Amino acid sequence: MSTTGDPFLKIRGLKTHFPIEKGVLVRKTVATVKAVDGIDLDLKRGEILGLVGESGCGKSTLGRTILQLIEPTEGSVHLDGRCLTDLKGAALREARKDFQMIFQDPYASLNPRMTVYDTLAEALLSHQSIPAGERSQRVAEWMNRVGLSPRFIKKYPHEFSGGQRQRIAIARALVVEPKLLVADEAVSALDVSIQAQIINLLARLSKEMNLTMIFISHDLSVVKHIADRIAVMYLGKIVELGTAEDLFDRPRHPYTQALVSAVPIPDPSKERQRQRMLLPGDPPSPMNPPSGCSFHPRCPHASEVCQQASPPWVQENDRLIACSRLDVVPRI
Amino acid sequence: MALLDVTDLKTFFHTRAGVVRAVNGVSFSVEKGETLGIVGESGSGKSVACYSLMGLIPKPPGRIESGKALFEGEDLLQMSEAQLNRIRGRRIAMIFQDPMTSLNPFLRIEDQLIEPLLLHGVTDKATARQQALEMLEKVGIPGASRRIRMYPHEFSGGMRQRVMIAMALITDPDLLIADEPTTALDVTVQAQILELIKEMQQQLNMAVIFISHDLGVVAGFCDRVNVMYSGQIVESGATDVIFAQPSHPYNQALQRSIPALQTKGEELFTIEGQPPDLTRPLNGCAFAARCTHATDACGQSAPHLERIGETHWSACLRVQHQEITLTP
Repeated sequence: MSTTGDPFLKIRGLKTHFPIEKGVLVRKTVATVKAVDGIDLDLKRGEILGLVGESGCGKSTLGRTILQLIEPTEGSVHLDGRCLTDLKGAALREARKDFQMIFQDPYASLNPRMTVYDTLAEALLSHQSIPAGERSQRVAEWMNRVGLSPRFIKKYPHEFSGGQRQRIAIARALVVEPKLLVADEAVSALDVSIQAQIINLLARLSKEMNLTMIFISHDLSVVKHIADRIAVMYLGKIVELGTAEDLFDRPRHPYTQALVSAVPIPDPSKERQRQRMLLPGDPPSPMNPPSGCSFHPRCPHASEVCQQASPPWVQENDRLIACSRLDVVPRI
Repeated sequence: MALLDVTDLKTFFHTRAGVVRAVNGVSFSVEKGETLGIVGESGSGKSVACYSLMGLIPKPPGRIESGKALFEGEDLLQMSEAQLNRIRGRRIAMIFQDPMTSLNPFLRIEDQLIEPLLLHGVTDKATARQQALEMLEKVGIPGASRRIRMYPHEFSGGMRQRVMIAMALITDPDLLIADEPTTALDVTVQAQILELIKEMQQQLNMAVIFISHDLGVVAGFCDRVNVMYSGQIVESGATDVIFAQPSHPYNQALQRSIPALQTKGEELFTIEGQPPDLTRPLNGCAFAARCTHATDACGQSAPHLERIGETHWSACLRVQHQEITLTP
């Protein structure tokens, strides 16, 4: 369906601003939180994009805005040639089978009063017109695909462990065979050994289904493992974008450098020799972000330019970096 | 004499579903000034073990079935509530994972900071206030004199954890128990907080028990590490040997399943199955059912930690009998 050359998922100038209102009778907008502030992204079909950044940087809001769970303030999202931001009401509901989401907390995102069958069948019922007889077969098939025995089909979420619940959530999202999946911190609440199982499952299914995925996480090593490319977000904007391993091994933006250097390595001898870039302070509030480059108050390389003008996009090979001082930022 | 010497600690929970053997025979010691890491997945008993020492286990359903915990020669487990109160928060302090739920939202930071000093009758109120301010500056809170009058909700997550640390360390304790203190924080803030704990530890010459599920954090932070599984310590040793020569299949599998240490794109190593149900008595090794090296003998008799190197202990029968050698 997509016209040749057009990316499978095309995001242009996407902005999500939340007004802060005050007053009881007359509500006045006193400030705006710029959670997502001008995002351009292209994804190829079957590509996995990792979205990393600290809490409050807008990565979850971006994910939700792409899926039209939050209405964007500005900008557009095109999936496989169709503009999602223009869709409303029934047309949007109908289109939702093409883009699904899985969440961090498998305890909160499943209805405790619904069995696995009900949960998966409901997804099918609302999105696909398949005969009732086939429905249970499809549910059983998907339980197998996510590694759950179909004999658990009549069980309730509380009877499963955290990892198993996340498998149910994955099955619920994928049973309608979407084109795009947004995984928001999908493995963050899980223990290391379970986390590895779920990462393997997601990687395998996305390959089998040629699924385009946005994998949101604060854990850089997980993202590096699963993603083809990584986008680093800071205060609502992407500051660096590149292929996963390359970006992790040779970060160029000062913020990415600090982020990568803060990731603990499970190797005591390496860990001791490491030079850590400690960033001063906390990320500033997205309510009144600093002028110019929003990272400049915490950046060790900032100059006057950074306070005044938004940083330009610099391309180095297949890497994009939003920084005006790249010539003085040392390579790591 | 070790600062803290725990032997054969057993903490069980008597629930309607059965007896949960949360901590099942744990022994370890902490020397003055050193950092001991306790790693394990959820439900491995790492927190319950430390809460038991502090008398923080709700009884019932919890019960400490056996064991000794000698803190400078005195058994913490035999102490009355009044005796414990003289030690808790003064000689042994604790910080928790979630700084929002462990600070009182109704009290100004100042009142919370001076509370331990006043409770333990260390100083009068005026001196306590002065000390609180100094402590807040020490833990790196900018504008401390202004911010000391604020409430917890006016602080960010990282700042709250700094306040928690200030509160814990204001009485100059000999031992700090840190239960996943950085798990809820972003990596850049985590790096700041770890650096701060390390700095304060050197200044005050205190020992730290660091509970974490994150092997990466433990690798950089601890002198020694205990690896826990199903309420037992399965491997114990100097941090270097724990990582360079894992000597229990669980420790090895745990390290192998971390994405950071694996080649990109390849299928991640996983541990099959689930941890055992702690309400059922186990005859043999708790890990045997998931272990790729297990033999019939592993399921029959309960293994114990045995010395396998100068600074290295393992509870794996096959490693103890030198039947297998594990690599990282």
